[in-house]
Amino acid sequence: MSTLRTEEMTLNMGPQHPSTHGVLRFVVRADGEVMREAIPDVGYLHRSIEKIAEKVGYRGFMPYTDRVDYVCAMFTNQGWGMACEKLAGIEVPKRGEYCRVIAAEFNRIASHLLSVGAMAMDIGAMTPFAHVIREREMINDLIEELCGARLTFNYMRIGGVAWDLPPGWREKALKYLDHFDPILEEYNALISWNKIYVERLANVGVITPAEAINYNLVGPNLRACGIKWDIRKDIPYSVYPEFEFEVPVGNGQWGKLGDSMDRYVVRIREMAESSKILRQALQKIPPGAVLAKVVRNFKPPAGECQIRVESGRGDMGWYLVSDGTGYPWRVHVRTGSFAAMGIIQKLSAGLMIADLVTLIASLDVIAPEIDR
Amino acid sequence: MEALQILERVKSQFGDRVLEISEKKPDPFAVVDPGAIVEFGRFMNEDPELAMDCLSNESGVDYKDRIEVVYHLFSYQHRHGAVLKVKLPRDNPSVATLEGVWKSANWMEREIFDLLGVNFEGHSDMRRILMPEDWIGHPLRKDFVEPAQYHGISTVRESPIVRLDTKKK
Repeated sequence: MSTLRTEEMTLNMGPQHPSTHGVLRFVVRADGEVMREAIPDVGYLHRSIEKIAEKVGYRGFMPYTDRVDYVCAMFTNQGWGMACEKLAGIEVPKRGEYCRVIAAEFNRIASHLLSVGAMAMDIGAMTPFAHVIREREMINDLIEELCGARLTFNYMRIGGVAWDLPPGWREKALKYLDHFDPILEEYNALISWNKIYVERLANVGVITPAEAINYNLVGPNLRACGIKWDIRKDIPYSVYPEFEFEVPVGNGQWGKLGDSMDRYVVRIREMAESSKILRQALQKIPPGAVLAKVVRNFKPPAGECQIRVESGRGDMGWYLVSDGTGYPWRVHVRTGSFAAMGIIQKLSAGLMIADLVTLIASLDVIAPEIDR
Repeated sequence: MEALQILERVKSQFGDRVLEISEKKPDPFAVVDPGAIVEFGRFMNEDPELAMDCLSNESGVDYKDRIEVVYHLFSYQHRHGAVLKVKLPRDNPSVATLEGVWKSANWMEREIFDLLGVNFEGHSDMRRILMPEDWIGHPLRKDFVEPAQYHGISTVRESPIVRLDTKKK
């Protein structure tokens, strides 16, 4: 009997694919169900945001920063604001910083909710997605009251935030948090500790701590590898030192340290921590102005700086070069998703094709943030 | 260690191959010899006092008379960071890749190649990453002129406001 002829398949996944979290493409070389390699092809959402910055000036660029990462736009706003403030030496009023933290932490919960819900959906559980979207809508309602927008907020300004909290908003936000904390338990009961779900995630896409650092992974992806590193704690900015919160790290409880389940659980725990920060911030918020006085024609002195913000997808670095005119000379955003995409090719070797979806979802990759 | 102390330590190791240490506020940086960038990378990665285990950011800047590649290094072990720069000529800028030291350099160097046209010698996969493969020119160069069309698709759109204006007349 002659042996069967076998050959490697080359498959195309994307750019339009329901589980690629945006417009991404993978060229997959597979031997049956097992991948030899998945080569990411990005750039479909490249809008040359960095070039736009050079043309629209410092203040005009703020709405564009929303589009860098539209799932957690508060952090891109804050990153741009902080970079400009560092160059020009502007101090944000205390209440402005509190407003920033409150808006950003609500945004982090919304971003993580979408991430964990979409992850369950990618794996085949449809119901959790409806639950997280219900919660996310309520947060969107709160943020809409705050700044008028539900997705691309444009809430922050150089020197603070655009608007103070509306009357009665604080009580509403606290009431929402009372509702949200038990929801997290409910969500865990619904999906997180489900045996089928855990087995789909555990031991898939294991990243070692040394690899994570070498590939420059950041945020929840880095912490899932057991490295306790959070910009809010370790290079403190804004008013984060005034709050008490834990930095959740992966512990390999379900499989190996740094697998997809660890990344998932870190996000779930971070939501609870954000809720803690929000309670403290809403209680402690001082009276005063929310926006520093900044000249209309904003021109920071010539120089360059980099600032780092802990966004929903981790450490986001804004590198800003100014030549002293009203237009930035160069802006570069280093984002978490860009680094996370860079490691997929390496991790994919030997994985099942169905696990590629798990891997992308667990790294929480957002396409616009890669392409900018 | 403070950023300036780190740069002084690098200077004591490499001598005049560190061309300049800036004290420019807010962030200081060192300009180094482009021919020795891999040696710099290896030293800063392996030296136990510096232990820069992460290349946190790599980007390029076009200054009209030169192109600079900027490296933001960071150490998770000691929790400090430093900035290195190399200055390259504007025609055919080329520098050795740091992929061998930090894997994260792979994609960031592809991006710099794509948007600024810096060639990284020894890079394993020097292709465009964000722009289409048949794109001509490097958009983040200051003298880049956007082509009027790409494969018959116009890159500019007539302003709808102007169109309404002309209709009135």
